[in-house]
Amino acid sequence: MAMPQTNHAMDQSSPVTQDIAVSAHNVSKNYGPVEALKDLTLEFPRGQLTSLLGPSGCGKTTLLKIIAGLLEPTAGEVQVDGKAVTGPGPDRAFVFQDFALLPWASVIRNVAFGLELRGIAKTEREDIAEKYIKDVGLSGFEKSFPHELSGGMRQRVGLARALSVDADVLLMDEPFSAVDEQTRRKFQEDLLALVANENKTFIFVTHSIEEAVYVSDQIAILLPRPSRVSDIIRPTGLREKDSHSIRRDPEYLDIVDEIWDSLRTYVE
Amino acid sequence: MKLFGIRLPGMSSLIIWGLVWEIIGRMEVSFFVPPLSAVITTLFEVIGSPAFQKALYETAYAFCAGVFFAIAIGIPTGILMGKNRLIDELLLPWVNIFLSAPLTALVPVLLVLFGFGMKSIIITATLFAIWIIILNARAGVMQINRSLLEMAQSFGATPWAAFSKVYFWAALPEILGGVRIGVIRAVKGVIIGQLLISIVGFGALFELYANNFLMEHFWAVVVVLFALAFSISELLAYLERRVSYYAAKR
Amino acid sequence: MTHRSLYLKIFSAVIVFGAWEIAGRIPVSYAFPTFFESMAALGRMAFDGSLWQAYAETLKPLAIGVAISAVTGNAMGLWIGLSKFFDWLFSPIFIVMQAAPLAALIPLLVMMYGIGLTSKIFVVCIMAMPVIVLNTAGAVRNTPTSLTEMGRSFQASWWEVILKIIIPAASPVIFSGLRLGVSAGFIGAILSELKITPTGVGDIITYSRSIADYASMYAAIFSIILLAVLFLNLLERLEHYLFEGNTRGYASD
Repeated sequence: MAMPQTNHAMDQSSPVTQDIAVSAHNVSKNYGPVEALKDLTLEFPRGQLTSLLGPSGCGKTTLLKIIAGLLEPTAGEVQVDGKAVTGPGPDRAFVFQDFALLPWASVIRNVAFGLELRGIAKTEREDIAEKYIKDVGLSGFEKSFPHELSGGMRQRVGLARALSVDADVLLMDEPFSAVDEQTRRKFQEDLLALVANENKTFIFVTHSIEEAVYVSDQIAILLPRPSRVSDIIRPTGLREKDSHSIRRDPEYLDIVDEIWDSLRTYVE
Repeated sequence: MKLFGIRLPGMSSLIIWGLVWEIIGRMEVSFFVPPLSAVITTLFEVIGSPAFQKALYETAYAFCAGVFFAIAIGIPTGILMGKNRLIDELLLPWVNIFLSAPLTALVPVLLVLFGFGMKSIIITATLFAIWIIILNARAGVMQINRSLLEMAQSFGATPWAAFSKVYFWAALPEILGGVRIGVIRAVKGVIIGQLLISIVGFGALFELYANNFLMEHFWAVVVVLFALAFSISELLAYLERRVSYYAAKR
Repeated sequence: MTHRSLYLKIFSAVIVFGAWEIAGRIPVSYAFPTFFESMAALGRMAFDGSLWQAYAETLKPLAIGVAISAVTGNAMGLWIGLSKFFDWLFSPIFIVMQAAPLAALIPLLVMMYGIGLTSKIFVVCIMAMPVIVLNTAGAVRNTPTSLTEMGRSFQASWWEVILKIIIPAASPVIFSGLRLGVSAGFIGAILSELKITPTGVGDIITYSRSIADYASMYAAIFSIILLAVLFLNLLERLEHYLFEGNTRGYASD
């Protein structure tokens, strides 16, 4: 598959000179006789958003959880900043598909929960949480409980919790799949701003082609049976566009079509 | 649970507990705990005895009759409550009360009203079983998906066809679940009734063995009774899974 | 709306108690007092204090037994829920206990511990324990994976995951297990008073039956059922109040 490239991309984010934040080397994961991942190698450039895109069963969530240190690979290794991952660490924060909020805790305690587990004093962690609650646009909901919030607001809480621990790498497991379409679009726009403003590395699992193309600096297409990286696509001209006009951009439309062509044979 | 890579079946740890029992019995820790092997030997002896067979027959009779009435009255009542709001509102508080009430307290009333006999025990069993059966039948009818009913209507189903082809099957998993719990409760009810009356069935047998300090005999009856109760409950759970295999993915 | 359901409840109670009154007046049986006779007997016993004495006696084994069952049952349940090995080892015992008519063990308990308080506490315990253990174990086992993963991803220690995630997440089910345990404990407490030795409310029931004072007997039975139902209802409300948002708040609702 041809990689869309422009001169602009060459001088800013050439794969050769890039600073790599996270890398997976020959990672395999078996569940009994089932091969969830097979000999997968992939690099995630610092400060950028990389999507893992593929049909269900291609092992994209498995890979994300291995990077998070929640699962151990059967073979191979994941490195973050050159150091091998042996378990969860303060350099990575996870955003869950089902939000994973504590239903018995208020918004502020949920957002501060990561800091609470790191043993940070209550007033200090609540100050930090307050700031991120404001950043994700939930000011005034500090004392609310998750069941009083809409799905979109709950995921903002999950996002604020992940941001509040100030990890370098943000791991997002289909974070917008459980919210409605309008909210999702708003989230995607906000995510673009987040990637631009925060100097963090984002790894983003999704099954939506449009979403991947819209938000990503780099898209890794994973295919099942056996699971592998089939292609890496780097949209080049989209990042400079205004977030409202991306979806009308010819490059955006071409890449979406291209990915669909390569994936359609794998959809039952 | 896996041991050396081999999956151990669910209830297999009971073998270990049987061994523990045997060892405690052999060590003669307590007069009241004879070794399991002695209990098993006695068990075959007891099962052959006329007294045991009479007790088993009386218990099975009271149990079956009690369950029959609980089902025959409970399911229609529950369905009626699920379909008619007025009946539901009138009956539901009482069903809830008797579901959580300590029904043992009612046994003395049954004794003075119906005498020290089979009738009281059958009613005890029915009283223990019926409330959960009613409640589940009601829940089964009430949870039927509206779109399923509208589907039947839109295809022009007659009322009988709608009932026999849609309503019944849609409510069946809950109804069966209620029957299973009700039956387990009926077993407990029968035994509690017999203990309080203590001249019928296993109640009489327990009294006899306990008063004569026949520990092996006592335990033998307990083992048979528990095994029967557990088998009934497992059998019903199995049937429930077979019949309402679709329950989980509606 | 709420008025309608309240009126209907009162209406329904009037029908049932009315039927009781009429059946007592016919009378359907020499041993069937009317509703008002029974209530009068209840009032008399409450007034002369014998009812309260009886309850102090009855509630003692119940309270002690439920407390013992709650502490050991929850500890067992937590252990079973956390460890696959203990699940395999202990669960079958409680599953069998749950299905079996444990009342059959009462004659044995009487032989071992006599006819005193110990036996009665034991009866309450064997009745209340299985449901408490199985509920707690199930709740702990079914803690949403994403919550424990969330804790681990923020590097929570094993203890923090248990104390800050698993136990709070399981507490609604643990609480309803306790409620069911109390319900079973009531059955055990009354059974032991009727079967082992007549004390407390069991004494009123047995004694008034023996002297054919059926009104007092019905009154005592009425009061114990009323007490159990009211107390369990209270626990259920407390449960709703405490864990209001707990069962909701996930992506799937």
